[in-house]
This record gives sequence, C-alpha cells and structure tokens, in this order.
Amino acid sequence: MLLGPALGVSALLFVIGVGGVLLRRNAIVIFMCVELMLNAVNLTFVSLAQQLGPDGQVIVFFVMAVAAAEAAVGLAIILAVYRHKESVNLQDINLLRG
Amino acid sequence: MREILFWAFAGVGVVSALLCVTRRSAVASALWLVLTMCALAGEFLLFDAQFLAIIQVLVYAGAIMVLFLFVIMLLNLGRGGPSDLRGWFGRAVAVLLAGGIGVQLWALVRAVRGAGGFAGETAAYPLPTGELARMEQTRGAVGMVADPLLRQYLVPFEITSVLLLAAIVGAVVLAKRKI
Amino acid sequence: MPPVIEFVWLVVLLPFVGFLANGALSFWKPDAKRWVSAIGVGVLVAAFVVALAVVREVAVIRPGEPYIVSLWSWMPIGDLHVDVAFQVDQLSAVMLLVVTGVSMLIHIFSVGYMGADRGYPRYFAYLNLFVFFMLVLVLGASFPILFIGWEGVGLCSYLLIGFWYDVKTNADAGKKAFIMNRIGDFGFLIAMFMIFKATGSLAFDQVFGSASRVFAIGGPTITAITLFLFLGCTGKSAQIPLYTWLPDAMAGPTPVSALIHAATMVTAGVYLVARTNLLFAMAPISGAVVAGVGALTALWAATIALKQWDIKKVLAYSTVSQLGYMFVGVGVGAISSGIFHLVTHAFFKALLFLGSGSVIHALHHAYHATHSHDDPQDMRNMGGLRRWMPWTAGVMWVATLAIAGVPGLSGFFSKDEILAETFIKGHEHPVFYVFWAVGALAALLTAFYMTRMMLYTFHGPSRAGAEEQRHLHEAPWVMTGPLLVLAAGSLLGGVLNLPEILPGAGWLKEWLEPVTSAGDFFRPEAHLTPGTEWTLLGLATLIAAAGMLGAWRLLKPAGVVRAADAPAETGFQRVLLKKWYIDEIYDALVVRPLVWLSEKVLWRAMDAGVIDGAGVNGSARVARGFGAIGSWLQTGQVGTYVFFFVVGVLLMLRAVTRS
Repeated sequence: MLLGPALGVSALLFVIGVGGVLLRRNAIVIFMCVELMLNAVNLTFVSLAQQLGPDGQVIVFFVMAVAAAEAAVGLAIILAVYRHKESVNLQDINLLRG
Repeated sequence: MREILFWAFAGVGVVSALLCVTRRSAVASALWLVLTMCALAGEFLLFDAQFLAIIQVLVYAGAIMVLFLFVIMLLNLGRGGPSDLRGWFGRAVAVLLAGGIGVQLWALVRAVRGAGGFAGETAAYPLPTGELARMEQTRGAVGMVADPLLRQYLVPFEITSVLLLAAIVGAVVLAKRKI
Repeated sequence: MPPVIEFVWLVVLLPFVGFLANGALSFWKPDAKRWVSAIGVGVLVAAFVVALAVVREVAVIRPGEPYIVSLWSWMPIGDLHVDVAFQVDQLSAVMLLVVTGVSMLIHIFSVGYMGADRGYPRYFAYLNLFVFFMLVLVLGASFPILFIGWEGVGLCSYLLIGFWYDVKTNADAGKKAFIMNRIGDFGFLIAMFMIFKATGSLAFDQVFGSASRVFAIGGPTITAITLFLFLGCTGKSAQIPLYTWLPDAMAGPTPVSALIHAATMVTAGVYLVARTNLLFAMAPISGAVVAGVGALTALWAATIALKQWDIKKVLAYSTVSQLGYMFVGVGVGAISSGIFHLVTHAFFKALLFLGSGSVIHALHHAYHATHSHDDPQDMRNMGGLRRWMPWTAGVMWVATLAIAGVPGLSGFFSKDEILAETFIKGHEHPVFYVFWAVGALAALLTAFYMTRMMLYTFHGPSRAGAEEQRHLHEAPWVMTGPLLVLAAGSLLGGVLNLPEILPGAGWLKEWLEPVTSAGDFFRPEAHLTPGTEWTLLGLATLIAAAGMLGAWRLLKPAGVVRAADAPAETGFQRVLLKKWYIDEIYDALVVRPLVWLSEKVLWRAMDAGVIDGAGVNGSARVARGFGAIGSWLQTGQVGTYVFFFVVGVLLMLRAVTRS
C-alpha cells in the first residue's frame, strides 16, 4: 500500500511549506507557501480516504473552497497594504510595533 | 506500475516545491507552485480521487494561482529584485524549526503505524482494499463525492457558499481604490 | 446583696443620659438653655441622691468584703475574663460622695457662670460625660474598667480645656494635657500587663487575693508594677515630671478647672494608689518613691506659685502642690490620711477656683462695659475687691485659712495627719525625716502664697479704673450658693478624721479599715507619743501663722502696679515666674528631638523614601519593567509573529505525540 509513503511525502511537502514561510520576506511568496501547506494536507486526506471512506475527499473539497476564499481576500489585503507602503516586504510593514 | 507513477509524481512535486520556496523571482515561485499542484493532481488520480484531481487543476492551479500571478503582475514584482530570503541566522532558524516539525510528524506517523497502521496491515481500517474503487464504479467519480456532500454535509456546503460570498464582497471592498 | 447597692449602676448611668440628651440638644436646639440646665443639673442631683442611698447602705452594713455588682461579661478571651462590674466598698463610697456632691455643686455654679456662652449645651454635655467617666473610674471593680474611666476623664479634660477651641492656645493646652496623660497611661498599661502575667487576672478582688502568694515582698516584679502604676499617676495627677499640663489647663472655663483639675480627675491617681495599697505595701521602695516625688512636687510647685500673677495659675500650682501632699500620705502607707486630704482639698480647692471664677466673671463684665482689653485674670488688675464682693471674699478667706493649715479648719487636720505619719516613718528610715521637712517647708510657702493671693485680689487699693469699678458687683446667688456649701465643708470637714489625741478621733481611718487591712499586714505598726504629737501640732500652727503673717507684713499691695504698666521681672523672681523654665527644657529635650525624628526620619526617610519609593512606586516600576519586556515581543513584524506561531505548533505537536 502506498499510504505510508503518501503520508511521508505529504509531511515533507508540509515541512517545505513551513520552511518557506519562515524563510521569505515577500508577503506574496509567503502566501504561496501557505497554499503549499494546504495542498500537502489535501494529499493526506485523499490518501487516507482510501482506508476511511469518501468523507476524506469531501473534506478536500471544502478545503479547496476555503483556500480560494482565503486567497482572494488575502491578496486584496496585500494590494491595499501595497498602496500605502509601496512594498510587500514584511520588514516594512511594522506599524503595529508595541 | 502504480508505485512507479507514485514515486515519479512525488519526486516532481517535492523538487518543484523546493524550487518554489527558494526562487528569487516571485513569478518563478508561482510557476513552480503550479507544477507542484499538477503533480499532486497526478497523485490524486492514483488514489481514486479523479474528481478531485480535475478540480485541483481547474480551481487551484487554474484559478487561484492565476489570481496570484495577476496580483504579482499588478504590483510589478515580476523581475527579480534583491533576494528576499532572510540572512544566515534566519535560514538557520527556519531549517531548525521546520526540521523540528518534520521530526514530530515522522514520530506521529510512526506512532500510527505502530498502532496497527498501514503498509500491508489493513485490518485496523474499516474499508477493505479496493472498496473505494468499487464505490466509484457504482456511483461514478462525481457521485462518490457529491453524495455525502449533499446529504450529510449539506449544511457546511451552504455555509461555504455564504463564506464565498463574504470573501467576494471583502475582496472587492479591500481592493477598490475608492469606496 | 442589698437591693439599693444593686442599683449602683444607676448613679453611673444618669450622667451618661445627661450627656446624650445635652449632646442632642447642642446639635438640634442649641438655644434651649432651660432644658439644658434642667437636664444637666437634674441628672447630677439625682445621681447624688442615689449615691447617698448607696453610701447609707454601706454605712449600715459595714461590709468586710467589697460588694461586686457585675453587669455583663465584656472580654472573655482565653485566660482573661474581664466583666463590666462595679465595686462598692468603703473607699468607693467616699469617692462616690465626693464626685457626685462636688460635681453637683459645680454644675449649679456653671448655670450662672456659663449662662451667656454660645456653647452652653455642649459644655453641659461634656461635663456630664466627665462625671460619667469619673464614676466609672472610682466604681470600677477591675483594672480595665478603671482604665476606661481613666482614659475617659482624660478625653473630657481635653474636650473641656479646649472648650473655646477657636483660640489656638486653648486647643494647644488641651493637646498638651492629653498627650502628657498618654505618657502616664503607657506606664499604667505596662503595669496591667505585668499584673495579668503574674496573677492571671485583672479584677481587684482576685489580684489582691492572690498578691501575697504570687509576689515576693520587696521583689523586683512588685516594685516594677507599682512604679509603673505610679508613672500613670504622675501623668493623671500632675506630679513631677508630668505636671506641666495642669497650669496650661487653666485655659478652660473656671468651673472645669474647679471640677476636673482640683477636686476629681487629678485625684484619680491618689485613688489608684489607695485602691492598690496592698501592692504598694508589699513594695516599700515604691512607697518611698511615691512619697519622695510627692514631697518634692509639693515644694517645687509651691515655689512657682509664689510669683505667679494670674490668679488661676496660683491655684493651679497650689493644686499640684497639694496633690503632692496626698501622694506623700499614700506613699508612707497612711491611706486614710491621703484620702482625708483628698476630701478636704476637694472642698477648699473647688471653693477657691469657683470663687476666683466669680471674681473673673465680675472683672470680665466690667471690662465688657468699658471695652477694655486688660486681662481679667491678672491679680495686678484687681485689688480691694472685698468692697464689691463681700460674700465671695468671705468664703475665699475660709478656704485660704483651710489650705494654709490654720487650726480648727479641715486643712489643718488633714495636712497635719500626713506630716505626722511621715514623721513616724522616720523611725524606719531617716529619708522620711527629709520628706517631712520638705513637706513642712512647702506648708510654710503655701500659707505665704495663698495669703499673697488674697491680699492682692481682695485687699488694698483697687487697681481697676473708676469706670470699671462702677460695674463690679457680687455674683448671682446661683453662683454664690454652692460657694457657701463648700465653705461649710472646708470649715467643718476636719471632724472626719481628728488626730489620735483628740476625742472622736480617726473616724475616716476606721471607716476605711476594711480596705487598708490587707496592706496593713505588711506595714509596721507605729505610733507617736502624745508629746511628739502635740509638738507637731504646735509646729504646724506656727508654720501657718508664720506664713500668713509673713505675707501680710512683707508684701505691700499698694506697691503693685497694673499689669499693662508693670515692669518685667528680673533675676530669681523671673525664674520663678517662668516656672523654673521647665516647659522650655522639655521643649528642647523632648519635643524638638521628637519632631525632628518624625519629620526627618520617619516621614522623609521611611514613609516617602522606603514605603513610597521602594514599596509603592518601586512595585509599579517592576510591573512596568515586566511590561517593557512584554512589549519587546510586540515588534510589529509579521515574520516574528509567524515564528512564534510555528513554535507554538511545534510544541502542540510534541504534546500530541507524547500522549
């Protein structure tokens, strides 16, 4: 069965996504790494659906829908911030400094 | 056969993910991510999730990533500027933390396997081998997903539609120049 | 217990009710003078009548043990049981009559003296409250109850000295009295603690019952206890070193000076020593200390009185001096002699104060008519007043003769008794001869300065202006009446305790025998030979005559000048006038260092520096420091937040995999 390796690949992709989030400063690229993490999780669900039923695939469906909504709103926010700061570099977005 | 395909798609996916994370140009990162998604779509096919594979390509790779590219173009971030990766300290931290999570996940997987998990010992799971494929034969690829979706998960389905509406309105409001 | 004695609490309650009623009137109907007079004097008359009934009962029964009327249990704490209880025996009977009787007369006097005062209801409220506390003091059956009365009369003294509180010096005098008393009270409290530790009780009957078992005669414990008790007495009864408040207390209304600072409150110390005479009998050193301090105070105050010009100050120092005599009496173990002098002194000193009150009242009235700003209490502004105030002059002469020790009057017998007992004790230890000599010298000075006072006030040419003279007149009968009653007491009071060589002798001594018998066990029995006794009597007569005649001859009333025009005193006379500069010495030695300590150390260093700086502000700074550390985390950088986010996920995963 491919379940073990599939979970391993999914974990690997997830870890790469985490690394990307911590590594990059460009807001859009960070966002993309988050999408990568979501995809890794989707793979997990799909591979487990083989053993546990089609419910896993339904969950993937929902994840995709939510990811779409999130991407739309998130990119709109980045656009709005860019208009103020002329930059999407996270280091420049620090007005909430305490 | 299935195994070979699996490892091929997996390899492509992982490599393009790595490249996505490390490119200087945002457009390059986006495109590598598209490739990763397509690889994953292939994986989905191998796991009897044909409907999802198509949806993955159509929605994820085709719509969401296109949206990303639109925004990147709009903000004129296409050309590679100065690298936006963090310094050597940041990289060390990232590697450490990501590695830490990796280790934990691996331990988790091993724990599940130890409890009577996968790779041959399917006695712990409710569905026998190939059951999903048989379901697909009877109800069709779409039906297999649609049936639970519109019966058991009807309420979340409707709520998701409201969520999408809210996202649309929010995106429009946030991105407009003048309200 | 006879039913009348069971009601002794009624005597105590009546003045308290008067206080409440007059207090209420002072708030809501301050113009209701008739009500105030009726209530204020009425409760005292009623209290006196009940007191008479109680004392009559005691006289009939002549109990060997005191009656204890227990009202309720106040402090049942562990081993300590203090009840609110009154003790009725021969000693408290004497004190009861003195307090209620003299208070009653002074209340009546006050109706006339304070009639025109704005604070009339408040005055009577405080005065009634004072009588209440004084009765609690003399009737208390245990040290705490006595102490309540002790403190209470101190409070009323403060309230009444500073009665005209809008003048700062009056308020200061009130404070001085209260604070000096407090120093003495500290001694009283220490003594109470020690007594409880040694005997396990604070009730008189239990303490005195177990005293001979618990204390070693002449031992350090009993000596310490009695010395601490005496410290309390020096405060309350104005002996050296805590007497300086009493002359200042003359700032209060004159009836207050008569009641509180002559007849009753200041005698509380003498009463305390008399009540605890068993303890003092077991500590001969303390007895000697008491007698010595008393003798020294008697002489010291007499020297100061020689040169005072304010008539009330003369009487104040005279009071301090006479209190010294009382302490000499109780110090040498002659309890009945000390109490005898307490009673006679109450008569003639109250009389002297009230009389001076009449004089001051008259001068005040005259100055009011002529808009003069002279001091109505300064003797240099008086002179020849017997022409206008014959009755007042007459009764005051009676009192002066009594206090000077002219044979036949009460003061002669009481003072002589004390000096005789002191002389007897000379057999045991020669120091008592010294005390006797000091007392005799003080008696000489007493006769001298009292005659001086009378000469300057009532005789010689009048130093008041012609206009003022037209307004001088005798006091109204409501004021002169009580004076006559007190004069009768001063005249005839001697019969209470005639010396042994005369028939009908020692009536008071016999009356107080049940109270003093326990202590008498430890006192060596001694008697004077008739020859010695007659010699001493003769000597006392000589001293009185010498003092009075000396004053009559040496002092020239005609040579006295009005206060406004008088030259400043010089030399030794100035030292006496300035009271040996004791107040200034106390100020430099005690008050200033204390104020410095409070301000520089306790306020600046401790309160502002340590408590405010380190404690309050310091903990605020620490909290803010923690907050600063916390805000260091708020970088505003999303990257930092993501970092912590991931760390959190990592930790959660660890937790999940562990379980």
